[in-house]
Amino acid sequence: MFLRFTPLELGELIAQVESPARGGVASFLGLVRNHHGGRQVVRLEYSAYEPMAEAECARIVAEAEERWDCGVALAHRIGMLDVGEVAVAVAAASPHREEAFAACRYAIEEIKRRVPIWKREFFVDGGVEWVGSGARSELLRDTTGR
Amino acid sequence: MTTTERATLTVRILLFGSYAEFLGREALELALPEPATIGDAVARLRSFPGGNRLPARPLCALNLSQVPAEAPLSSGDELAILPPLAGG
Repeated sequence: MFLRFTPLELGELIAQVESPARGGVASFLGLVRNHHGGRQVVRLEYSAYEPMAEAECARIVAEAEERWDCGVALAHRIGMLDVGEVAVAVAAASPHREEAFAACRYAIEEIKRRVPIWKREFFVDGGVEWVGSGARSELLRDTTGR
Repeated sequence: MTTTERATLTVRILLFGSYAEFLGREALELALPEPATIGDAVARLRSFPGGNRLPARPLCALNLSQVPAEAPLSSGDELAILPPLAGG
């Protein structure tokens, strides 16, 4: 499962892809930032079109592993996250660092471009907005369906 | 043939994020006259209360894959209307 509802552990992802033949491991962590557009953010809530998000993540891993001699693991948090929590994690392991960096970069860029995940930002002033559409969120209930 | 009856197809619509808030629901069944495209489904949704806030050409996924607005619909399809993606 690429979508996770509990804190992400980079070590777990690295363990999925490391091997004696792979001497280079590149990783990326995306953390919840405390500001956006000059406003102070106190937390974020991620939600997803879960079956499609899982399928897209699987496709991204398969594409990276096809293109480079590497193993790729990734995970994305869903639910309410505080500032500083890990929202997305990628680990790529390869015999050499060039391929590990390239595969890791590819995976995070494709996650942002293709995976159907949305987030609401909760601002310190009490405002709540959907990132990307700029729409003010009118509902304060949980949108993750859990 | 002078019949005015047209066959209809039924698709399941999924709405997410801000779009679910605009229409006040996350899922619905939509019956459309055949043949119908994704664009026809979106046009119908935009006629619903709050639906005018949907863009004319939103990002759409048909049965878990992104597709263009011209794609035809079949009965039983799952059509997801996707707000701007914001993962990562």
